[in-house]
Amino acid sequence: MTLDTVLVVAAGLFSVGVYGALSQQVVVMVMMGLELMLNGVILAAAGLWWFLAPAPDGQVLLLVVIAAMTVEMAMGFAVATLLNRSRQSDMTDMATDLSG
Amino acid sequence: MSVVLDGVFWLLAVVSVASGIAVFRVDSMARATYALAVSFVAVGAMLLLLNLEYIGVITILMMVMEMAIMGIFMIMFMGMNPALMPMSMVHNKVGSLVLAVGVFVVLAGGALLIDWPDRRGAPAGDLTRSLGEAIMGSKMLVMLTVSPLLFATLVAALVLANPRGRYDRFGDDLRAGTPSGPAREGDDS
Amino acid sequence: MQVGPLGALTAAVLLGVVAVLAAAFDGTLGARLQGRRAFSGVTAPLWEAARLLRQRRRTIVAADSLLWRIGVVGLLVVALLKVVVVPLGWWTVADLSIGMVWFNAMDVMVWALVWLIGWGANSAHALIGGYRFLGQALSYELPLMFALTGPAIAAGSLRVGDVVAAQQDLWFVVWMPVAFLVFCAGVVAFSVWGPFGAAAGEDIAGGVLAELSGVDRLLVLAGRYALLSAGAGFVVALFLGGGSGPLAPAWVWTLVKTLAVLAALIGVRRLLPVVRPDRLAEVAWIVVLPAVLLQLLLVGVMVVL
Repeated sequence: MTLDTVLVVAAGLFSVGVYGALSQQVVVMVMMGLELMLNGVILAAAGLWWFLAPAPDGQVLLLVVIAAMTVEMAMGFAVATLLNRSRQSDMTDMATDLSG
Repeated sequence: MSVVLDGVFWLLAVVSVASGIAVFRVDSMARATYALAVSFVAVGAMLLLLNLEYIGVITILMMVMEMAIMGIFMIMFMGMNPALMPMSMVHNKVGSLVLAVGVFVVLAGGALLIDWPDRRGAPAGDLTRSLGEAIMGSKMLVMLTVSPLLFATLVAALVLANPRGRYDRFGDDLRAGTPSGPAREGDDS
Repeated sequence: MQVGPLGALTAAVLLGVVAVLAAAFDGTLGARLQGRRAFSGVTAPLWEAARLLRQRRRTIVAADSLLWRIGVVGLLVVALLKVVVVPLGWWTVADLSIGMVWFNAMDVMVWALVWLIGWGANSAHALIGGYRFLGQALSYELPLMFALTGPAIAAGSLRVGDVVAAQQDLWFVVWMPVAFLVFCAGVVAFSVWGPFGAAAGEDIAGGVLAELSGVDRLLVLAGRYALLSAGAGFVVALFLGGGSGPLAPAWVWTLVKTLAVLAALIGVRRLLPVVRPDRLAEVAWIVVLPAVLLQLLLVGVMVVL
């Protein structure tokens, strides 16, 4: 377990998340992709913290990432619920009104 | 001892990435959600290996909770059991795959090729205590910013998702004795 | 003081024994209420266990067996993992520096497991039970978390050993009665028991238990009693001074107090009606949560003074 290996695993998680976020049609599945990306970010941040500069207050960054995740989930579900109510659909392809 | 720890790390690494891939491969919504939960638990356990006890356990706690709720939304919105009728719900599969592999090559290449600096400083004796002191001391501003943000999220999510608030049911000044119309969506009256 | 692998095995066996005692006590209460002799109730859980061990396992078309089995086995595993941080006198299997958070993380696991038991069966009643449990979980979990925070603030540590040590002079139950009651309610709720047993309610044919049979059913029922027992042990460590008491050694006092709390939690089932999860939500968020927060304010002020 070195910094390199931790970062490679984190990169793996992040890119699986990228694939999911780009390819999925269902809003909730897209959110799962985003969650996986943040999962990789948490791991990478923890690895960088422990192996490079284990100062006490570096851990706060991880708390912020976790908070960002919960905000993403809550707003994602709210928008998905709204979309489902007004359009009876849960597909990203059916909510493209604002695309140019 | 460190050989054992290395073994545990690699096991967790394989589990986390494999279950991450499984999220987008399995047919069942429930299985996809809980595969993601397994991935998070594995990452939480890896954080424990990096001596981040508090953050690791908190990650496991939060994410299992989130995934339990996510499962409900998945099944509610899909409105069917894809395990019974397998179907593809993806667009631009090849492009996404190419991009994902590209991202992995760039990130992993960077991780391996960059000459990382030496470790500076030493971890505090009790990391959980030092985290608490950081939150309540030098990094208090961060938490002070996060808390109104979370509160705003609560309010905004409720405003978006709630079809009929209490002003709809009890009138503009909330004086109506009995709520008007359906108490919740789906009631016919 | 931490114990070795043999101690961990002892802890597991002890949890089993306490859980069996709990089941026997519940059986006794049931027998008395029906006017039968108490002894027939004491042995009822054992006969039921023997019957379930011999019963052939039923399954349903298109059941999600993998997730179902995970949920069935998981309850017992989670109860064992909880006991890891519960002290018996001066001994603990692992006195983790974040023991309180560990316990909390394990009781969140129950959210997933109960829902999985409901989902895996591929039956409407079981699934409704699973949804009911999650609806109830949204109500009980936050008050439970804040109730946990009280002793941690007072002791200035997340280590369960420190929390017990901080109660040398005065048990926390004396000046945190609200947190104590809310935590006890939380234990009853995550064990799907009594007033918070809507997920396994009789009105939906047993809910999450509806389709379970044979060993599966035995594991889930045992898991519920084990969760109650582990929760009672943790209540003793957090609020009732752990092993402190006159004359007898610490481990005896821990056991005595645990069994007393457990008996009260078991008895609650016969005293209170089942609460509907949607009704619970309003009370939990508007009355209980502010009450616990006021309790925390009180604790915080007392600690600073």
